[in-house]
Amino acid sequence: MIHSLFLINASGDIFLEKHWKSVVSRSVCDYFFEAQERATEPENVPPVIPTPHHYLISVLRHRIYFVAVIQSEVPPLFVIEFLHRVVDTFQDYFGVCTEAAIKDNVVVVYELLEEMLDNGFPLATESNILKELIKPPTILRTMVNTITGSTNVGEQLPTGQLSVVPWRRTGVKYTNNEAYFDVVEEIDAIIDKSGSTITAEIQGVIDACVKLTGMPDLTLSFMNPRLLDDVSFHPCVRFKRWEAERILSFIPPDGNFRLLSYHVSSQNLVAIPVYVKHNITFREGSSQGRFDLTLGPKQTMGKAVESVLVSSQLPRGVLNANLNPSQGTYTFDPVTKLLTWDVGKINPQKLPSLKGTMNLQAGASKPDENPTINIQFKIQQMAISGLKVNRLDMYGEKYKPFKGIKYMTKAGKFQVRT
Amino acid sequence: MSTTALYNDQQGGAEAAVEAGQESTATSSSSGAAFGLFSTDFKKNEDLKEMLESNKESLKLEAMKRIVQLISKGKNASDLFPAVVKNVASKNIELKKLVYVYLVRYAEEQQDLALLSISTFQRALKDPNQFIRASALRVLSSIRVPIIVPIMMLAIKEAASDLSPYVRKTSAHAIQKLYSLDADQKEQLIEVIEKLLKDKSTLVAGSVVMAFEEVCPDRIDLIHRNYRKLCNLLVDVEEWGQVVIINMLTRYARTQFTSPWKEDGIFDENEKAFYDSDSEEKQGQREAKPYIMDPDHRLLLRNTKPLLQSRNTAVVMAVAQLYWHLAPKHEVSIVTKSLVRLLRSHREVQYVVLQNIATMSIQRKGMFEPYMKSFYVRSTDATHIKTLKLEILTNLANEANISTILREFQTYVKSQDKAFAAATIQAIGRCATNISEVTDTCLNGLVLLLSNRDETVVAESVVVIKKLLQTQPTQHSDIIKHMAKLFDNITVPMARASILWLMGEYCERVPKIAPDVLRKMAKTFTAEEDIVKLQTVNLAAKLYLTNSKQTKLLTQYILNLGKYDQNYDIRDRTRFIRQLIVPSEKSGALNKYARRILLASKPAPVLESAFKDRDRFQLGTLSHSLNIKTTGYQELSDWPAVAPDPSVRNVEVIEPVQEWAPSLGKAKKPKSDDKFYSDDEEKDEEGSGSGSEDSSSSSSSGSSEESGSESEEESSRDLEKTSSDSEKSSSGSEASSSESESQQKEKKRAKKVTPRKSKQTAADSGSDENGNGPLGKTSSSSAESSSSEESDSSEDSDSDSPAPQKKTVGKTKPKVEVKSKKEVSLLDLDDFSPAPPSAPKSSVFSSSLLSDLEGLSLSNVSSAMQVTTSSFGPVKTYELLHHMTGKGLSAKYHFPRQPCLYQPSMVAVQVILTNSSDHSLEEIHIGDRSPASLNVHCFNTVERLEPGASVSVSMGIDFSDSTQAANFQLCTKEDQFSVSIQPAVGELVMPSTMKEPDFCSEQRKLMGMNETSATIAMATANTSKQNISKQVLSVANVGVVSSDQNNLQRFAGRTVSSGALVLVTLELRESSTALLTINTEKTVMASMLLRDLKQALYQA
Repeated sequence: MIHSLFLINASGDIFLEKHWKSVVSRSVCDYFFEAQERATEPENVPPVIPTPHHYLISVLRHRIYFVAVIQSEVPPLFVIEFLHRVVDTFQDYFGVCTEAAIKDNVVVVYELLEEMLDNGFPLATESNILKELIKPPTILRTMVNTITGSTNVGEQLPTGQLSVVPWRRTGVKYTNNEAYFDVVEEIDAIIDKSGSTITAEIQGVIDACVKLTGMPDLTLSFMNPRLLDDVSFHPCVRFKRWEAERILSFIPPDGNFRLLSYHVSSQNLVAIPVYVKHNITFREGSSQGRFDLTLGPKQTMGKAVESVLVSSQLPRGVLNANLNPSQGTYTFDPVTKLLTWDVGKINPQKLPSLKGTMNLQAGASKPDENPTINIQFKIQQMAISGLKVNRLDMYGEKYKPFKGIKYMTKAGKFQVRT
Repeated sequence: MSTTALYNDQQGGAEAAVEAGQESTATSSSSGAAFGLFSTDFKKNEDLKEMLESNKESLKLEAMKRIVQLISKGKNASDLFPAVVKNVASKNIELKKLVYVYLVRYAEEQQDLALLSISTFQRALKDPNQFIRASALRVLSSIRVPIIVPIMMLAIKEAASDLSPYVRKTSAHAIQKLYSLDADQKEQLIEVIEKLLKDKSTLVAGSVVMAFEEVCPDRIDLIHRNYRKLCNLLVDVEEWGQVVIINMLTRYARTQFTSPWKEDGIFDENEKAFYDSDSEEKQGQREAKPYIMDPDHRLLLRNTKPLLQSRNTAVVMAVAQLYWHLAPKHEVSIVTKSLVRLLRSHREVQYVVLQNIATMSIQRKGMFEPYMKSFYVRSTDATHIKTLKLEILTNLANEANISTILREFQTYVKSQDKAFAAATIQAIGRCATNISEVTDTCLNGLVLLLSNRDETVVAESVVVIKKLLQTQPTQHSDIIKHMAKLFDNITVPMARASILWLMGEYCERVPKIAPDVLRKMAKTFTAEEDIVKLQTVNLAAKLYLTNSKQTKLLTQYILNLGKYDQNYDIRDRTRFIRQLIVPSEKSGALNKYARRILLASKPAPVLESAFKDRDRFQLGTLSHSLNIKTTGYQELSDWPAVAPDPSVRNVEVIEPVQEWAPSLGKAKKPKSDDKFYSDDEEKDEEGSGSGSEDSSSSSSSGSSEESGSESEEESSRDLEKTSSDSEKSSSGSEASSSESESQQKEKKRAKKVTPRKSKQTAADSGSDENGNGPLGKTSSSSAESSSSEESDSSEDSDSDSPAPQKKTVGKTKPKVEVKSKKEVSLLDLDDFSPAPPSAPKSSVFSSSLLSDLEGLSLSNVSSAMQVTTSSFGPVKTYELLHHMTGKGLSAKYHFPRQPCLYQPSMVAVQVILTNSSDHSLEEIHIGDRSPASLNVHCFNTVERLEPGASVSVSMGIDFSDSTQAANFQLCTKEDQFSVSIQPAVGELVMPSTMKEPDFCSEQRKLMGMNETSATIAMATANTSKQNISKQVLSVANVGVVSSDQNNLQRFAGRTVSSGALVLVTLELRESSTALLTINTEKTVMASMLLRDLKQALYQA
């Protein structure tokens, strides 16, 4: 399966390598660099690259390429999924997954990689098990370690690996027993020039933070489970129970985890919470263009639209832009031609707008495409699909946990074509 | 290095020495003042050695950490090996782990030194702690030193029988390592694999299958006996193991089962025939349709389905490819949703999934068409994602959606990403050729693009237009003229070449322009790209042939230029063309045909998907992704024409089974028809069969897993025993009465195992299907008449009698079963379905069955099988929902009187849903129920019911031995209807088999309060023994206890929910009266049953 792993940073340096079988020379990465050169953008590097003797499967996260070397047939998604799991684990351990963080913690990284794969086959990828084996470095622990000379390798043995609920540690104890659930929905939409919706879908997740003593058995039920068109579960969820009763029944992992992700079908009408009025024109002959953008809320059920961020890739011919935002700040990067406007909160009484002119390169012809506008926003305390959690019950333990649920709607891939 | 040294000698300068030092390895012993530049690095290693040799743990640890840092950067630290290896026995866990890391990395290079550590591992292998054993084995097997192969082999063998599943898992991993080290050990390793494959732990399953795939993927025979276990364990295996197992099982299934694909076409036809209710025709068709799905095949599909909900994208993809390669065509589409869901994932995941969808969408447009909008391109997508989406959209295009797609494409063409815009133009071209309605629209659109400012767009348009014009060589001279005008502005060689080619090809349509273009080309010839030059020569030749007057000189000139071109292709071509077109004495006969050669009408190019040929690879594989055969790719075999013997998958092979299984297989054959008609129902049943198993296993108690599989095994063993018993007994007495013990099983199997000759089956299944229809009624009445006869005549007579025997199902089936067993040798092999399974089924389903049968002493059975006439009266069908109240949806139900598959305490209910409205109903399912505690196993949601169609689904209800109605809601997509099922008291009982003495002794225990009796009047027609039992059985689902006393009739049963005995005794008296006695703990039930029986016996 996975033979070796190379981590390559944005400038093309291999800064970490790990081999699970015989050593593969790092010259194998030359094929990757070739492909990288051919691709114009970092994202355009093909995830699967064949070389004469090996196959390279790579993922790009946090501007680091994780390149796995494969020698024989294996489902590519298997490797890709694993690499993403590695990144998630790093992020979980170090807070961020940057080159610096990895270099600083290279020993922990090595220990982790050693536990995660055996002979190229995934061994322990569940973060709860890993944390039992290798304690995540914290500032306090590093200090204690340097003073006392103790280690961050767990003394106890990974019993979780053997249990029937491998995702949960045994002997968990908390003084405050709490369980929080965040229902986060993202709207993916494409809005066309005239403001009508071409496609809109809602993707949701329920992220949980469960800190409960012992072995609690939770059930979570929805007011309107039929909304969920397609779901995928954390392995802890009992599938049969869901099939039969549409109830989520599970023994939760300890700490943060993603309980459920779901899809609300595109057949349902999706309420689009913002609208955009735009007027972006380039005149033939003149080297000026007009830019006029106004945002407004709609169908937000009285909730405020916050953290609005507008970005747009302006045509290559644009030299600079003289714009005037009614609120927030904007930046225009003359190299990448990326315009970003940090709007903040939309005030329905006084709609935010960004108006002004763009200067085109002298002599350049009128760009034939108007830029697309990408919008990000957040709406607190609302799940746009209308999904509602009915109740959460706990069995198996005697204490009364504190329960909390939070709803949020975000823009996913929200694009307005102009 | 040597050159540097040389240089060094010559120069002898300090600077050069520095350079040489840098080149040399850090361990170079020649140190000197001049080596300052790298001395830090050098020093580092030196003090590392000291640190490692110190006594302080913390120093050692610090040193190891730095060494790991070196390793991670790819620097060589092998010279520290002796110092490091000494610490292998350290007490400090972290230090030890880091030493392991080092050891595994460098042991291969320092084999001799590595041997020093072996004894430590050997000692650790005996450690009482399983984790220490496991990690020792892990490191030991990771050291790639050939000398220790025997030690590794020994360790693996020992670990494979370790008590701890974790150690066994590690040994499975070690197998692969050893195999890659020394392939000669293959045979021995296969033995270990075989042993580990039998392991019941979910922990081991994934790893051992991985080892199997690596070491001996061709030894399919090792899988047979573990097949069902693997299927059943699958849900609980960790996710990575799931992927490997699913892929392996896909390959396995393709070698073991017959194709489920051919039949789909026939399906509709046959169904129509059925509704025509022309039995003759039916039979004919049925025989033409020999396919039945092997229950093992079904098991695999059923058990993988829940995994579509996995969060692991690799698992979802694995299931999707399994369905794609194994499932009947109409079931494949359940994977669509999940695949589309994956598109939300990371870019790399999207890439692979889109590739697979692209391949799928070529063959099955319908699967993804509803999700078309999910493939719309966003400006933020990476280019290769965009291109793949475009590919899929193009594949999905049809007459209905083309306008939407084209509108979408118009946006893409304007994209700033020019490579993508060009790909879009290609896509438009493909749509234009595939869908003739829009060809002209597309062509016009493309012509408009010719005036685009971007060169690549224009060029691509020209190329596509060229292809389109070729497919439609009608009056398009306008477009050609337009392109000729553009010619001066276009610089992209491919586009210029395309225009030139078009000019040449259609030069007769543009007689004035073509020579002019040639004139221009003559001027610029030398500056053109090769491809353009070739086309110029081509054009010149064609013009020369059609219009030699105007172009003769031009052609000569161009040919001369070409003759001295730098490129040999062009020189060759020129020479060839010259010989061909210019008549000379040397050019022979060919000259005459020049015109026909050059101006032959050329076939239009076919614009095809780039994914056209990818389906030769298994989906989801690396090979498919790259479209090349990768090393280690296992070809997916074609379906076998005839399935290999399915009995190999039986877990316990006892002698009798081997004769039994095939015979059963034969008996199964007509089952296909049964299944064919009541497809859904069966699916449901099967699904739920596993449902109960699954739920028990997934209910998170680990032991349930083990016990589950054990009991299953046990049950299959039991089954085999009983069946062999039954065989004995039935062969002994020509089966006048069917067997008792296996009866229930048979009943259960009756669904699948229907008599061999099909007519009867047709009747069975047919009436199952629409139990209340006119056919059903007649058949049930005729069945009544015939049901009492002992059907010795069985098949032959059955197949002759045109009257379908509806409710003899229970009665005849076990019999025929027996029959067919005996007739094995008489049957013509050609008659059999190629896939005779069913012994499998028994073990699959029998676990729940067995629990039903518990409490029956097996000793009874084996010695003197007192067989009750397995017999059911006609089944009454009740109305659940009238089509008036149900807005077109009507539902009827009956009690099939079979042990419920879902839970033993449930009563099986068969519901027939019919759509009598004029529109199709969607998503029929069960909604809320009351009382809320009511334990109901719902049928799977019926996605869609066409007008006039009906579907039969089965559900299980736990009535808790009370006749209280079960209320629930039957929902469609739009509506909800409250319905209720009120069971007759007789349906709450399951037949129980016992011998007369047992009956009497049990009856004695249930005296007093537990006895209810009444004298009843009997209809005169009813006094015959057979009639009485028929009446009793029609009321209550009990078993007949055979008796030699003429005036006494006994029936025994157990309540479904609590399993309390219900004993019914009927003592005939003079003048049509009889004493009816019921003994049971459930007194309420007793009185109700008494009332019902009284009524039935009086009336009839």
